[in-house]
Amino acid sequence: MLQIDLWKRITILLTCLAGLWLAMPNAFYTTVERHNDAVQAIELGATTAENEAQRAEWPEWLPSGLVNLGLDLRGGAHLLAEVKVEDVYASRMDAYWPEIRDALRPERPTIGTIRLQPSPSDEVHVRISQPEGMPRALEVVRGLARPIQTLTGVGANDIEVRAEGDLLIVTLSEAEKLASDERTVQQSLEIIRRRIDEVGTREPTIQRQGTDRILIQVPGIGSAAELKEIIGTTAQLTFNPVVSRGSDENANPGIGNKLVPSLDEPGAFYTIEAAPVVTGEELVDAQPAFDQNGRPAVNFRFNTSGARKFGDYTAENIGSPFAIVLDDEVVSAPTIQSHIPGGSGIITGRFTVEESTNLAILLRAGALPAGLEFLEERTIGPELGQDSIDAGKIATIVAFVAVLVFMFLSYGLFGVFANVALIINIGLIFGLLSMIGGTLTLPGIAGIVLTVGMAVDANVLVFERIREELKSAKGPARAIELGYEKALSAILDANITTFITAVILFAMGSGPVRGFAITLGLGILTSVFTAIFVTRLMIVIWFERKRPKKIEV
Amino acid sequence: MRLRLVKQNTNFDFFKRWKLWLGISGLMMVVAFASFMIQGLNFGIDFRGGTTIRTESAQPVDIGVYRDAIAVLELGDVSITEVFDPTFEDDQNVAMIRIQAQDGQEAVTVDIISAVEAALQSVRPDIQFISVESVGPKVSGELIQTAVIAVVLAIGAVLIYIWLRFEWQFAAGAVLALVHDVILTIGVFSELQIRFDLAIIAALLTIVGYSLNDTVVVFDRVRENLRKYKKKPLAEVLNISINETLSRTFMTSVTTLLALIALFVLGGDVIRGFVFAMIWGVIVGTYSSIFVASAALLYLGVKRDWSKPDANAGNQYANIDA
Repeated sequence: MLQIDLWKRITILLTCLAGLWLAMPNAFYTTVERHNDAVQAIELGATTAENEAQRAEWPEWLPSGLVNLGLDLRGGAHLLAEVKVEDVYASRMDAYWPEIRDALRPERPTIGTIRLQPSPSDEVHVRISQPEGMPRALEVVRGLARPIQTLTGVGANDIEVRAEGDLLIVTLSEAEKLASDERTVQQSLEIIRRRIDEVGTREPTIQRQGTDRILIQVPGIGSAAELKEIIGTTAQLTFNPVVSRGSDENANPGIGNKLVPSLDEPGAFYTIEAAPVVTGEELVDAQPAFDQNGRPAVNFRFNTSGARKFGDYTAENIGSPFAIVLDDEVVSAPTIQSHIPGGSGIITGRFTVEESTNLAILLRAGALPAGLEFLEERTIGPELGQDSIDAGKIATIVAFVAVLVFMFLSYGLFGVFANVALIINIGLIFGLLSMIGGTLTLPGIAGIVLTVGMAVDANVLVFERIREELKSAKGPARAIELGYEKALSAILDANITTFITAVILFAMGSGPVRGFAITLGLGILTSVFTAIFVTRLMIVIWFERKRPKKIEV
Repeated sequence: MRLRLVKQNTNFDFFKRWKLWLGISGLMMVVAFASFMIQGLNFGIDFRGGTTIRTESAQPVDIGVYRDAIAVLELGDVSITEVFDPTFEDDQNVAMIRIQAQDGQEAVTVDIISAVEAALQSVRPDIQFISVESVGPKVSGELIQTAVIAVVLAIGAVLIYIWLRFEWQFAAGAVLALVHDVILTIGVFSELQIRFDLAIIAALLTIVGYSLNDTVVVFDRVRENLRKYKKKPLAEVLNISINETLSRTFMTSVTTLLALIALFVLGGDVIRGFVFAMIWGVIVGTYSSIFVASAALLYLGVKRDWSKPDANAGNQYANIDA
């Protein structure tokens, strides 16, 4: 018989109410958004009267979750960057050379003289003059290897050492490369996040994609070029010993050295040792400041290990120049006047105040460990987004009204039931989207419109079935019951197959397409729920009240 | 008086010329495929890399002037099209400029984009760049790959699901219909040279879902009727099933089309291609579930030895109530 237990009725009703309750803030989008921004600002300590007033615009006890608008609706910039993880191998190997040299030096009686040879950037080649001493050299250099922790390779070392004739070759091990890639990407992700946060924009998305890619989406920013400027500047700071200074840009720097131009003296070139004494990674703080002549400068402070290295180096090299190198340009090359033990110093150069402030921010946020290559970039103007929202709204309303009218004309009272369910359905989609923090994109709006069209399908299946059952002259109650029972397998099969494609779209797609998959998938779930439970509940309640002898569907 | 799209108790004979229908469908698939092979798709930058710039100006778009301004930069293949849309204001003149991926450049360069913008600003001082999108060839290659995998995976998953829920002949029929729909859709895009981008893949997958939805509803009724009319020939059972579900098929197609047409007309030009694909898909999907899926089923034949007595008794959903 047509019966629904009381607890089921209450559950259905509560589910609908909960969905609509969660969806409600979206109807007051701008107010709620202002409220949320104000709440966030106050949490961060900006308790201004304006923020307080904006917070008060939306009562605290109401839900305040909103559907995020995708970049294509809000406008903003989208970047897909690939982290050039190999960059790190070269600097790792550069850093290894002094260590290898120092370790081999005491062995000179057995291995003869040692000399660095040109090599691919991720290897170190060392020639020894007495090849018979190679076994000893291998032993010593292998002693430098550090064990690394990996999931698979227990006891793996970070470097591999092999000999080819009189050449000793040091490379990074595969396990170390993997671990290094992982660290590089994580670090880049973190640094990009910090840089974007320093600028302070709303809801940036900074996600890792695949092994070595980073997706960056920042709503409200003017252009992708602007975004690239914020994150793209590497600010790689190093302190290198200076070998010589000259004006020939084609001078041969010699192995283990490199030639870099001066930042503010045109035509001046420095030959510096490639292996830095200390790098910007060991900075703990950097602040804009002024030097004793009142010119803009940047104060910095090293961490303990950086301070020790810097202290030791300055103690041993009093009187010789060293270079402060920023992104492969020498900012300044002062001569070491005395031992600098405290680990802090000052960078002077011909900065403007703005430049010194920016440099301090970049240094503080840390340098990107490796270069970024931008594979994809999109800028969507806010006007286009607004146009799309407006067009989408009108289209959705028209589609909605057309379907409502059509359903009423076709099924009369039962059509009204289906229409109420359809309205609840849209509410549920928005409620769920707000709850899971889903993002609404332009194809997402299309997904909703498609759901409006398809949501009635389940109801249509049932109603058509009831019509058929009525023909075979059973009582109305029995016809309704059979209608639901027999239509169920078709409804489930049809929706499960569509749901499968939505899941695949979600898994394989990105950005706007994923937004479409979300609304389509949620739409299927809610439309099956409303068709099987909500319309049915309405029909049953109506039937209990009226007890019609005869129904027309 | 109720609105009825299909009068009650229809009795069309859908299978009198089923070989003809299969033939026509086959021929259309060949035409679509040939068009795809000869003309190729008008791939958007998602799939072949490059840059698109959407411009807006109060002055009318003059493609020749735009082209001359950009030509001096020697960027290879540049296509400029004016965009028309009923939702635009009178002084809203929109153009899309597409620049091919530059040789030997994996990443996108800001220089090129700003050079193009400067060149256009010199001929149209009030021009605005509403959106600028660049995709490098590396990513676009991968996007094609993922898109193809997505479509194949979707069809495969569906094949398995229907195989489990029905018989293999049903699965084969449904998948044949899907392939038919996908090929015809790609054919239309190639024939009309509508821009084919990532969103169209989403549309293709939705078409897969929708066409399937339709096919499954018909098949569900066929399965039920096969148990009900054990002695009737397969063609007749198929015919009865399609006639019985015809009213529903039309209702759903019409409601979906109503919604989609509203979006097509009013939804703006950005998603028009996407919506067009779906409208086409709904029409083709409805056709194919009757004339391709069911005809294929007729051709393959089905196992008639249904030992289960009642249509729903053996059905795992038979006892669900609410």
